[in-house]
Amino acid sequence: MTQTTTNGKMTHTASLTFTVNGRPVTVDVRPSAFLAEVLREQLGLTGVKIGCNEAECGICTVLVDGAPVNSCIYPALKANGARVETIEGLARGGQLHPLQQAFIEQGAVQCGFCTPGLIMTAKALLDANPNPSEDDIKHALKDTYCRCTGYVSVIAAIKQAAGQNGHLALPETRPPLNVVGKPLPRPDAVAKVTGAAKYTDDYVFPGMLHACTLRAGIPHARIARIDTSKAKALPGVVAVLTHEDVPGAKNHGLVYADWPVLCYDKVRYVGDAVAIVAAETREIAEQALRLIEVEYEPLPVVDDPVKALAPDAPKVHESGNLLKHIHVEKGDVERGLAEADVIIEGEYETATTEHAFLEPECAIGRVTDDGRVEVYVGSQIPYADRKQIAAALGVPESQVRVIGTLIGGGFGGKEDIAGQIHVALLARATGRPVKMLYRRSESLIFHPKRHAVKFKVKVGAKRDGTFTAMRIELWGDTGAYASLGDKVMTRAATHASGPYEVPHVKIDCYAAYTNNVPAGAFRGFGVTQSCFAIESAIDELAHRLNLDPIEVRRKNALRVGSVTNTGALIRESCGLLTCIEKVADALNDDLAQAQGSWVFRRPDKPNRVYAWGFAAAYKNTGLGGGANDCSTVEVEAFSNGSVEVRTSAAEIGQGLVGVLASIAAEELGLPYERVHVLLSDTDLTPDGGPTTASRQTYVTGNAARLASIKLRQQLAAVAAEMLDAPADALTFCDGQVRAGDRAVSFAEVVQQAHAEGQSTRLSHLYEAPKTQPLGAGGDMHVAFSYAAQAALVEVNELTGEVACLKVISATDVGRAINPLALQGQIDGGIVMCIGNALTEEFIQEKGIPYTDRLARYKMPSIRHTPEIVSFIVEDAAADGPYGAKGVGEISSIPTTPAITNAIYAATGVRVRRLPVDQDWLLRTMKARRQRVNAK
Amino acid sequence: MSWNDYFMPKTLEEAARLLAAHGGRARVIGGGTDYFVDEAHQPAPEALVDVTRIADLRGIWEEEGYVVIGCGVSHAQIVASPLVQAHGAALVEACGQIGGPQVRNVATLAGNIAHALPAADGAIALLALDGEALIAWADGDAVVREWRPLPQLFRGPGQSAIDSTRQVLAALRFPVRAPSEGSAFARVMRPQGVALPIMGLAARVRLRADGAIADIRVTLGPAAPTPFRAQATEAYLRGRMLDALTLREAGEMLLGEAHPRTSPHRATAEYRREVIPVLFQEAMGRALQRAAALEVSA
Ligand SMILES: Cc1cc2nc3c(=O)[nH]c(=O)nc-3n(C[C@H](O)[C@H](O)[C@H](O)COP(=O)(O)OP(=O)(O)OC[C@H]3O[C@@H](n4cnc5c(N)ncnc54)[C@H](O)[C@@H]3O)c2cc1C
Ligand code: FES
Ligand code: FES
Repeated sequence: MTQTTTNGKMTHTASLTFTVNGRPVTVDVRPSAFLAEVLREQLGLTGVKIGCNEAECGICTVLVDGAPVNSCIYPALKANGARVETIEGLARGGQLHPLQQAFIEQGAVQCGFCTPGLIMTAKALLDANPNPSEDDIKHALKDTYCRCTGYVSVIAAIKQAAGQNGHLALPETRPPLNVVGKPLPRPDAVAKVTGAAKYTDDYVFPGMLHACTLRAGIPHARIARIDTSKAKALPGVVAVLTHEDVPGAKNHGLVYADWPVLCYDKVRYVGDAVAIVAAETREIAEQALRLIEVEYEPLPVVDDPVKALAPDAPKVHESGNLLKHIHVEKGDVERGLAEADVIIEGEYETATTEHAFLEPECAIGRVTDDGRVEVYVGSQIPYADRKQIAAALGVPESQVRVIGTLIGGGFGGKEDIAGQIHVALLARATGRPVKMLYRRSESLIFHPKRHAVKFKVKVGAKRDGTFTAMRIELWGDTGAYASLGDKVMTRAATHASGPYEVPHVKIDCYAAYTNNVPAGAFRGFGVTQSCFAIESAIDELAHRLNLDPIEVRRKNALRVGSVTNTGALIRESCGLLTCIEKVADALNDDLAQAQGSWVFRRPDKPNRVYAWGFAAAYKNTGLGGGANDCSTVEVEAFSNGSVEVRTSAAEIGQGLVGVLASIAAEELGLPYERVHVLLSDTDLTPDGGPTTASRQTYVTGNAARLASIKLRQQLAAVAAEMLDAPADALTFCDGQVRAGDRAVSFAEVVQQAHAEGQSTRLSHLYEAPKTQPLGAGGDMHVAFSYAAQAALVEVNELTGEVACLKVISATDVGRAINPLALQGQIDGGIVMCIGNALTEEFIQEKGIPYTDRLARYKMPSIRHTPEIVSFIVEDAAADGPYGAKGVGEISSIPTTPAITNAIYAATGVRVRRLPVDQDWLLRTMKARRQRVNAK
Repeated sequence: MSWNDYFMPKTLEEAARLLAAHGGRARVIGGGTDYFVDEAHQPAPEALVDVTRIADLRGIWEEEGYVVIGCGVSHAQIVASPLVQAHGAALVEACGQIGGPQVRNVATLAGNIAHALPAADGAIALLALDGEALIAWADGDAVVREWRPLPQLFRGPGQSAIDSTRQVLAALRFPVRAPSEGSAFARVMRPQGVALPIMGLAARVRLRADGAIADIRVTLGPAAPTPFRAQATEAYLRGRMLDALTLREAGEMLLGEAHPRTSPHRATAEYRREVIPVLFQEAMGRALQRAAALEVSA
């Protein structure tokens, strides 16, 4: 044991000797250090990722003497004398390990944050069992989570690496162009499978401080006093800031500036930030938090959106608890209901859910030599970050640079400000770089969630299933701050009558403030919730009328010529009927094996009942609603014949980098590998707009396409001279520019352009077609994506346990730009939506989150992965790049009601609240049996 | 969380002395999978004494009619052990369901038992196997060792009779399987809310030559503040031939003596009462098969 002194604090260290990736290493470590910390911070092996620090997520997995362990809770000293393997040691001599290669080829890498953990866990499996069955794979990876892929491609990759024929059969898509339409691996995949990929917490700057946030800890209170003197006096503490130290705007917010940077008068939810500390070490910063004294006068708490709107409810904001009332009306709903032969009425409720992206929020701030502030962060909206940081600092936006790092999953949960402003404040206060990394427990209680929504639904229909009217009311819990609640609940409302033509619709939606954790954007953006309500109601209607649930949807489905509930005429690109047909056909093949019945039993599985359920969905592409939806892309051609595409748009795992590279390569006739994409640096890349609303492929994709075309035209003029041919007779292909049988290389053309003094760097601002605000009629959105899904469930009649075994899915995406990335989005969306149906709930009671650690939030593991049969429908959108429209959200919407409708078919129990709780289901099944028997 | 020393003693004596030397300010640790995930250990101990590297206590062996499991043994080792597979199938099934591979590779059965949770899978299974625990502590220069029956270790939910700042749970043991004896473990989990099991149940039966039950253990949890042994149900079944009716009646008796409660976000008492008979049937079914597969003693 030795004693060392850091910043006045006595700490013991002990010597640790072990081999790491075959190399003998001796380091002095703190006796209370865990292996992950030593590997990451002392040995620089940042491929070891930390997602939870509580042995839940498994992504910190490393091998100790060949056995996979969670390095986040494995005492470092315990590894003394051991052989430790991390992701960095897998590739040998530049040769990727078969697992790494297979993960790339199968598209098993999206955001990549889980990838090292999955690969290391899989390596241990294959080392012990070179020929694993699918069950063996699921058993071994059961506690190593991935939030992006849905694990389908992961299973295929492990099979491939084991030499089995695990190739993913990608759904059929239209014949590709030169690049667009081809299943290409992600440009960032190699870095992600080798552990080289850097996320925010992987950056270290000399002299960097560590920061922590003091959270309110109570849901609603007036702040009487804040005393930071004891914290400031703690050795090693460099700065403690409160609201008094915010020089500029006291509030931030994406739509409404209602969210205090640091609370001044009140706290409105448990996760509210009250003070921030920067210190020499994280431990000191955490210790300092405990020394800050805050005196609160507790206020009454409101924790439910309906109660929040009562006249005597405690006010969360002075302006009242109604954030927004959204009204959608078409025709005359009373008349429509009067015309109905049957009316179905029902109430539904969805739970607050959590993104559970595997990378907790992290931000680093630093002040540059010229006095500007730089913030490194994995954010979905870098330019909005810059604006909000500058406002809080009280400086012009030009004084702030936001540098986007890789993002370990977002799903909508990284659109709001997290630590961005705080690190900027602390960097300015201390003059040193400051890192603020949230613990999982902090991430859970802090960031905006998916809205819990209560629904009242009334559907009127003719005897043949034709809808006559829908009356729907929604109450959304937007929590303590607006975030994107207004927009989300608008989308929930406008999509509440489903992808159907309904002559008479009246929808009223109320987004209410409460003292719960704020709710904001989450993949599906409100539509996930309304799809559950309306598709359940339609299923009820079909059963009531004794009609085929698919037939009812077919009859009413939106098609070209339909008018939506907001008064938009669908003029093109509406593949819903095709989606329904594709799923119906595939389902019929399945049903043929079960005597045509949607409900069946298996002789080998007593006490289990199986049933299919069906649902359809649509989801807007782009911001719409009259918003100015634009994106700028810059392209630059270099004299070596490569091209860089630049924009500030987030790669949150969805594959945007690949999409932009494909588009530029297509238009410039270059090999895909010759295009480099630089994202999200507000100094270097123009504004691509927010990464939300499934808009990037469409909006930024178009900008990239048009910028590339401009560049091609410019280079064509140069090449025309070189080849002595008219510019419009030239073709750009395979890195060459050709005129008949004469050709020059792309590089030569760029060199010539430079020689002529031309710049080969230009940009294009693309503005999506104009949309109309809600209420104005006309096009509210530039396009919609559509989907239909059928889900097969197994219900255990003895325990109430439900499993989703198979999903048949058809998705209209306009055009598959990269079928491999697209299938990844579809698999991941489906599995995420299985979680929404069966496992996920962020539980809070009177404003206090019960779900304050990952162990209390169950997202789907590999064991939940069903068989997925996927069809792609490509009903092109005229204005989309190559016909493409949004893909990021649509697949994650209809799975929930497909599952709950299947549960109804299996048990006769209608699910009215998500997620389906086996405890509730079993008791309800029993009560129902007793009722039936009593009759 | 921080401690100044992390000790990995090589002998039990050394471990016991380290604890004594710290006078209650050091703590025994196994795999740490319970201890390290619980953030609030205030005050933090001065030192941790990791007992998984004690040379004599890292294995599983047979001794004097018992299968003995050292305190350094992980769940993964138990699952892979031919000895435990042969004599304690219930324990294999229980340990095999704890966590995922990463947790099973480091978590110990001793830690599972020392933690004294009423729903600890390992504890429920070991209780059905008539398990015993070897407790060791320093008394002056000497180290005292004492085998105690498992029920004596549990005081209440999460309250262990072992003082992990002074005593080491050095080993666990259970009698080797008698001929025509079999055991099994079954549980129900819930995917929402909390990771802890909703209900776990173990059964061990020994059959007479005529096929009647010679002896039986039924244990379950959480059905009481500590892992629960259903002695009334056992007494009812002893000497009986098992048919569907008897099994059903036994299931009802079991409900009569077990007192599952509603735990918020985990399960309602009503649900637990629904699944207890289901698990009982399942575990009994497998235990009987295993018992019948062995030669019946004369
Ligand atoms: C993801 C995850 C899933 C889990 N799933 C399950 C599950 O399904 N079922 C289940 O039952 N448990 C589960 N657990 C809990 C836990 O892993 C097990 O109970 C495990 O067996 C504990 O063993 P350990 O060696 O890690 O205990 P530790 O964390 O090391 O110790 C637990 C407690 O016992 C004391 N202690 C440990 N060893 C000794 C000893 N030899 N002598 C005296 N005192 C000692 C410690 O001081 C501590 O108070 C899970 C945990 C995680 C993280
Ligand atoms: S299990 Fe270690 S970081 Fe999640
Ligand atoms: S790729 Fe697995 S979590 Fe993102």
